[in-house]
Amino acid sequence: MTETSLYVIQQLINGLTIGSTYALIAIGYTMVYGIIGMINFAHGEIYMIGSYITFIVIAGLLGMGFVSLPIILIIALIIAVITASTYGWTIERVAYRPLRGSNRLIPLISAIGMSIFLQNYVVLSQSSRDVALPPQITGGWTFGDPSVFEVSFSYMQLLIWVATVVVMVLLTLFISRSRMGRACRACSEDLGMTNLLGIETNRIIALTFIVGAALAAIAGLLLGLYYGVVNPFIGFIAGLKAFTAAVLGGIGSIPGAMLGGLILGVTEAMTSAFFPSEYKDVVSFGLLVLILLFRPSGILGKPEVEKV
Amino acid sequence: MSQLLLDVNGLTMRFGGLVAVDHVNLAVKNRQVVSIIGPNGAGKTTVFNCLSGFYIPSEGSVMFNGQQIAGKKDFQISRQGLVRTFQHVRLFSKMTVIENMLVAQHRHLNTNLLAGLLKTGSYRRLEQEAMDRAAYWLKEMDLLEFANREAGNLAYGQQRRLEIARCMVTQPELLLLDEPAAGLNPNETKELDELIVRLRDEHEISVLLIEHDMKLVMGISDHIYVIAQGAPLANGTPDEVKNNPDVIKAYLGEE
Amino acid sequence: MTTKKFYNAIFASGIAFVLTCMMVGIKLDTESTTLRIEGASAEQWGWIGLGIALVFLSQLFADQIDAVFGKVPKPNLGKLMPAGEKRDVLKPWLMAALIVGMLVWPFMVSRGSVDLATLTLIYIMLGLGLNIVVGLAGLLDLGFVAFYAVGAYTYALLSQYAGLSFWACLPISAGLAALFGFILGFPVLRLRGDYLAIVTLGFGEIIRILLNNWTAVTGGPSGISGIAKPTLFGLEFTRRVKEEGNVPFHEFFGISYSSSYKVIFLYLIAVILVIFVVYLINRLMRMPIGRAWEALREDEIACRSLGLNRTMIKLSAFTIGASTAGFAGAFFAARQGFISPESFIFIESAIILAIVVLGGMGSQIGVILAAIVMTILPELAREFSEYRMLLFGLLMVLMMRWRPEGLVPMKRPHLELKT
Repeated sequence: MTETSLYVIQQLINGLTIGSTYALIAIGYTMVYGIIGMINFAHGEIYMIGSYITFIVIAGLLGMGFVSLPIILIIALIIAVITASTYGWTIERVAYRPLRGSNRLIPLISAIGMSIFLQNYVVLSQSSRDVALPPQITGGWTFGDPSVFEVSFSYMQLLIWVATVVVMVLLTLFISRSRMGRACRACSEDLGMTNLLGIETNRIIALTFIVGAALAAIAGLLLGLYYGVVNPFIGFIAGLKAFTAAVLGGIGSIPGAMLGGLILGVTEAMTSAFFPSEYKDVVSFGLLVLILLFRPSGILGKPEVEKV
Repeated sequence: MSQLLLDVNGLTMRFGGLVAVDHVNLAVKNRQVVSIIGPNGAGKTTVFNCLSGFYIPSEGSVMFNGQQIAGKKDFQISRQGLVRTFQHVRLFSKMTVIENMLVAQHRHLNTNLLAGLLKTGSYRRLEQEAMDRAAYWLKEMDLLEFANREAGNLAYGQQRRLEIARCMVTQPELLLLDEPAAGLNPNETKELDELIVRLRDEHEISVLLIEHDMKLVMGISDHIYVIAQGAPLANGTPDEVKNNPDVIKAYLGEE
Repeated sequence: MTTKKFYNAIFASGIAFVLTCMMVGIKLDTESTTLRIEGASAEQWGWIGLGIALVFLSQLFADQIDAVFGKVPKPNLGKLMPAGEKRDVLKPWLMAALIVGMLVWPFMVSRGSVDLATLTLIYIMLGLGLNIVVGLAGLLDLGFVAFYAVGAYTYALLSQYAGLSFWACLPISAGLAALFGFILGFPVLRLRGDYLAIVTLGFGEIIRILLNNWTAVTGGPSGISGIAKPTLFGLEFTRRVKEEGNVPFHEFFGISYSSSYKVIFLYLIAVILVIFVVYLINRLMRMPIGRAWEALREDEIACRSLGLNRTMIKLSAFTIGASTAGFAGAFFAARQGFISPESFIFIESAIILAIVVLGGMGSQIGVILAAIVMTILPELAREFSEYRMLLFGLLMVLMMRWRPEGLVPMKRPHLELKT
């Protein structure tokens, strides 16, 4: 195979990897938007906190002498998910619920304030510098011609793929099969009506935030291990990218978020393959603008008709 | 051969699989009052939305003054002389009555930035003309005394009149009224009756209205269209429609 | 105290503990290549404990606390001003006194204060400009800083490569920023509120990234330095002349050099710019376009039914707001002498937005007050500068909960029909 095609395959692998993590974070955005019609600006920060907790737990356990990596990761996963979900629940309770019903601008500003608060909270309680974790999962497969270009597919990337697929399947089962999941769907169709039917919509909304936060925490764990570096500001860009993915796929649609995440990830990877890597952010934002201009309902979304 | 002011043919509106309006035909001549009646949910407001450009019709032609307006944007159609009111009064409630009237005349004013900043002669003249027109219509609608009051503070009947006054000040040719009598007491309805007749006779515009108040409809309409479940059921003069068995069945159900 | 309250309080404290035990209680530290964790110091645990106790107590006594706060009247600075006709008579005198005061004041205080005042005036300009977009027209713009950047870089580049003076560049900067506003705004203004917010945020980021990477033109991360300061009809405010043919200010007037003159001069320019912007906005609110903005904010559908082209109306707000930011940007570049993409990050947009929202959307006085508070308070509370952004975020959340209308709710001048 030619060098270029091998290179492209590498980028495809990288893109799908990053894209699946975008998808995980994007689901949080899309679920919240689908139910209460607001953009949870602080969602990116939950992902960041998830990453930090992961690092703390891993560093702590390693320091204590634990050796078994799978156990460490599982413990980290549990603690990160619990902590992040708590943050998600608290944010909804404190910053959004009291503002429900007021004009759109107000909850959005509250969300921005929350995002700034959380970023600086982490800056003050940890530090604003990068924190690095030595790679935990190493190794992988390579193929290709060593004299031309070697495509590598690391175990870490495989883990991300597998984890994402598992999470997606579980989430889909939950949404389509369980009672709570049905309630979620009902709420996102018609919140008022669901309320009138006696379902406690406040609890469902809280659940949505919790699930979204949990997924973001998982993404935080995976990406934290993948990149090996965290700082308090990774939430901002990741949040924007994930939001782009959610819009791309169709805001309010969970499969849309998955699709959007993958498309965005691959597009970014292809861009950074052939252009200077700083421009990949420009491409992501550009994609967002284009989608909102030409098909605001996204790929899998239904075009909304305005009721007059 | 007098040209029809409004000539609607085969107007159809689909939302996904639902056909809300099914091949509706309407004709309105100059200086006519035409009513659209029908059971609730029949798609009458959807027809209005199609005519006024808020929806783009799936099919059909809408000729206004000989020009095809189906597919044009709402504000463009309004500028051509076809204006409408809404089922739920849409006023700028935090603005005063007179300001509501001025906003309606936005395109008749000098909106040039520099002219406004420097308060040029043309700017001031056009503002004064707009004020005069507004005052004229407020007087016509008996609202002059409320000119400086916030629109939201008016009584319901007065708000309805203001909505019509606001439409009239844009110098329209066809006025679409969506259930103008809803929520009015018999006295106010009688005043509305006289108002619509005055608009037709003295101000020489045509009025197309959606209404449920049969007394009002039968009393002032030159022509009536009956729509049920989005499709045309019957049309004719008030007498013809009143005695049409299909219409009676649609309203009262089977014997 | 019911049992329910007690359980609530325990629950809330538990939540508070989960939130803080890891993030605050444990600190990550890098020691050579390994990552370590460190338990927080006793003092920090003390703070955590205090916080949890506070949460516990506030939940336990929630009702009583609410009752107390309910009795506290909400601050309404608008009530400070006298009403009605007294106000009309008083107003021109107050304005005149204010303007005279602002012009005379710098000669009586330290250089540092004047410099701070100039910075405040920049934020006032930015706040007023965004106020047009957000407060008057109701469009949420999270990328306002992009127009600020355009204005700044326009002056910087024109001054460096074309040698144009500050005064010549001022309208050009505003014009170019307005053009950007038009181009950016045209496609996106028909989007719904929160989408518009995100798109404008995206635009702001795109502009910043482009400025950061187009090194050939914009100097990349190092920015542009050595930007010329404004002159007074050719009189420069430096010790020695930078440009041929100019005369230093102090030589022209036969007085000794003092760096204060430069600072005061810049301050006075800022005052003039702000007065101009205030006048502009006052006129706009009384013109058809101002009425159209308010009508659009109230009921867009009614506007469309009356023949108003909402895209054009929104666009005009966007463009005018952008040009104001352009003014501010050019002035900023002139004052600093050096600009880089670092000054135009998203946080700046958020700060300006906060100024508009906290001041009272649409209210000019509110925005001015908020800008003053936002700029001066951090200076006064130097020891808390670490916490500045944290408190800023918290303030935004709290204000939205307790006083979304802002410090001074907007009172629009109503048009009166004289019968």
